[in-house]
Amino acid sequence: MSKSKSVVTEICNRYGNTRVRLMDIVRDVQQELGHVPREAFDLIAKGAHTHRVEVESVISFYAFLSERKKGDVVIRLCDDIIDRYQGGEAVAEALTRALGIGFNETTSDGRVTLEKTPSIGMSDQAPAMMVNDVMVTRLTPELIPGLVAKLRQTNDPQSLVESYGDGNNAHALIRSMVCNNIRESGAVILADYKRERGLRKALTETPADVIADVKASGLRGRGGAGFLTGLKWELTRESPGAEKFVLCNADEGEPGTFKDRVLLTERADLMIEGMTIAGYATGAETGIIYLRGEYAYLRPYLEDVLNRRRAGKLLGNGILGNAEFHFDVRIQMGAGAYICGEETSLISSCEGTRGDPSDRTPFPVAKGYLVSPTAVNNVETYCCAARIMDQGAGWFAAIGTQRSTGTKLLSVCGDCARPGIYEVPFGTTLREVLRRAGAENTAAVQVGGPSGQMVGPAQFDQGISYEELATGGSMMVFSNDRDILEIVEAFMEFFVKESCGYCVPCRVGNVLLKSRIERIRQGDGAPADLAYLKKLGESVKRMSRCGLGQTSPNPILTSLKNFQPVYNALVREDKTGLQKSFHIMRAVEEASVIAGRRSEVFHA
Amino acid sequence: MNKSIHLTIDGKPVEAKHGQTIMQAADAAGIYIPRLCSHPDLRPIGSCRVCTVIVDGRPQAACVKPAMDGMVIENDTPELLQHRRNIIDMMFVEGNHFCMFCEKSGNCELQAMAYRFGITAPQYPFQFPEKAVDASHPDIMLDHNRCIMCARCVRASQELDGKNVFQAIGRGFHRKIGVDGEKALADTDMAVGDRSADVCPVGCIIKKRIGFRTAIGRRLYDRQPIGSDIEANATP
Repeated sequence: MSKSKSVVTEICNRYGNTRVRLMDIVRDVQQELGHVPREAFDLIAKGAHTHRVEVESVISFYAFLSERKKGDVVIRLCDDIIDRYQGGEAVAEALTRALGIGFNETTSDGRVTLEKTPSIGMSDQAPAMMVNDVMVTRLTPELIPGLVAKLRQTNDPQSLVESYGDGNNAHALIRSMVCNNIRESGAVILADYKRERGLRKALTETPADVIADVKASGLRGRGGAGFLTGLKWELTRESPGAEKFVLCNADEGEPGTFKDRVLLTERADLMIEGMTIAGYATGAETGIIYLRGEYAYLRPYLEDVLNRRRAGKLLGNGILGNAEFHFDVRIQMGAGAYICGEETSLISSCEGTRGDPSDRTPFPVAKGYLVSPTAVNNVETYCCAARIMDQGAGWFAAIGTQRSTGTKLLSVCGDCARPGIYEVPFGTTLREVLRRAGAENTAAVQVGGPSGQMVGPAQFDQGISYEELATGGSMMVFSNDRDILEIVEAFMEFFVKESCGYCVPCRVGNVLLKSRIERIRQGDGAPADLAYLKKLGESVKRMSRCGLGQTSPNPILTSLKNFQPVYNALVREDKTGLQKSFHIMRAVEEASVIAGRRSEVFHA
Repeated sequence: MNKSIHLTIDGKPVEAKHGQTIMQAADAAGIYIPRLCSHPDLRPIGSCRVCTVIVDGRPQAACVKPAMDGMVIENDTPELLQHRRNIIDMMFVEGNHFCMFCEKSGNCELQAMAYRFGITAPQYPFQFPEKAVDASHPDIMLDHNRCIMCARCVRASQELDGKNVFQAIGRGFHRKIGVDGEKALADTDMAVGDRSADVCPVGCIIKKRIGFRTAIGRRLYDRQPIGSDIEANATP
């Protein structure tokens, strides 16, 4: 305890002993000690000027923080449905065999802990796992014994990386086997561009003119919600507040999406250029990149990019010789919570609390980070903004459709020959995307991830756009061989695990929805269950507090709409009039154990 | 700024003052919007969602949404009543609520809400979760089986008692109320005179040694349905 005592004190000092940096404090304690022991709660509370229960509240919220001691190495196998369908279950079995432990267990020598985790942003090279912060992709059961032996021998996760991926994945500060898989570049984001030209042009204009340009371009938020970026910046600028903030949402947690991973790797400068332009336009002097815990392997590289920009007068005081304009950026690490991609949760997390969302009135543009006006935008949105300032609003608005201007990055994964990144103009049909990705015998596409919609061939001629098929980027392709309800159940399991539990409909409703899907899959469903799912799903959607609960029933509601025959085939009225889901033997099982004998009536 | 705010609730014109929430304006007009996590002395947080109303077509929690001029609000519609009933049912099945031997029976807002909605049994399957009882404190008992996560105790401790005895821990279905002490409530600075001991809408926070002082049958909601005090403000 004396060692951990000095470690904790040093870490608290490192972050200025402030409550707002509690996330960083507990993350660093976890990193140093392998867990955040209960005995340290009081010390952390004292060091961060808060209460013990607040520390426990934060630690118990994030999946990557733990009060239980874990192994020196934590293996987190991605448990997404995409990974499962690419052979993830066999990999899971190979891992338990090679390590001699089950999931959520630690080897007896205390060296390795084995866990499962939701989508880690590697769906284009699934199955994949995180070994501490190191990404190991394209796994097969055959590879596992060798990997585990190597890990035992070196105790160093980095030793598992034998060759580096393309582009910056091979950069000295990344050294990752992750591949970009950029299949098609478009005119806006992945095209060659002249660095800092957008920023230089912006600085020759007034902030109001920059906002007018972004508005004229028609740019809408690329995270999926589609709010007009220029308007968001204008509201942030006009809201009263001594300080303003620009936040970048790099918490790419929607299963199936990985386009921000590629942008953070290959377009970090463009993204920060966009943030800087946003700082100039809104009057903010501080920016924060909220980086999902899974992408910690990119952090040293991103810190280096920030340092380089500071040295080049692109960040800091008096940017590019403009004595009036100061702007700098810090990185806030997440710790494994999907909900933190919701902008108010993201703000809570940046403020060092659990990632509970808040009610939107007031909106973050009026009262966001530290109760100050805050513009939260997606990684891709900032990239677009920098390009708009460079090439002009008219150029951007001419691409795409009238209500969805520009291009969209799609993360295509699942049953297709060429999974990866596609930059397409808005309006491109889903059928065209599938053709380019080499998807054949496609039964369903989950557009926009689990919170989006599951569509079938009847919708394939619709375009990717805010008005037809809206997506933050995730495009999961499922072939005819897949079980639609297995996919739906996996998505509901995801939402049950990721719900923050703040409001009743999301906390309870998703559990009830999932168990009814299970019942139907087991063959115990009745036609009345479909009406039950619709009504319950509608209540969860309408009554939940934030975007998570307002979209979590979508896998069920959209598959009921587009794949009704799948459900119909599974639910049948029982001719005997008995309730199929009620099993008398199961019901009396517990009582039999207590009584120490079998039921004379029902075992007869 | 001093111009008063005019809105309608189910077609009835309601006048609100600046800074009032929809719920406060409705209360003053004698229109009851059902609620559980909201408490007049505490900052509203919109966690139970029972007070959801439709404002200009969009669902909003009436306890947190500020009243604004021209709002058209739906409150008493068959659709909303069904959604609210569903949420109340969810609270019953996510915990272990045994009204027949709960000390709070008759004073319990969840039970009273069920009566108001005509709920005799929840439509969802009971989850029967395993929850703890914390009887460590000399004067107060904490029965997590009955907690509905309204966080009134969290807020009362912070806002009214100047303490920080409670906070939410865990997430999702496993979310629960934690206490600011090593192990249990006895390790905190909670005192029986704290307001946080008084605000629990259900039988989760119970004071010891005063149980059943008022006989069942003569308690608050045995005498009048929940919300009737507010409805008494109504002008004909």
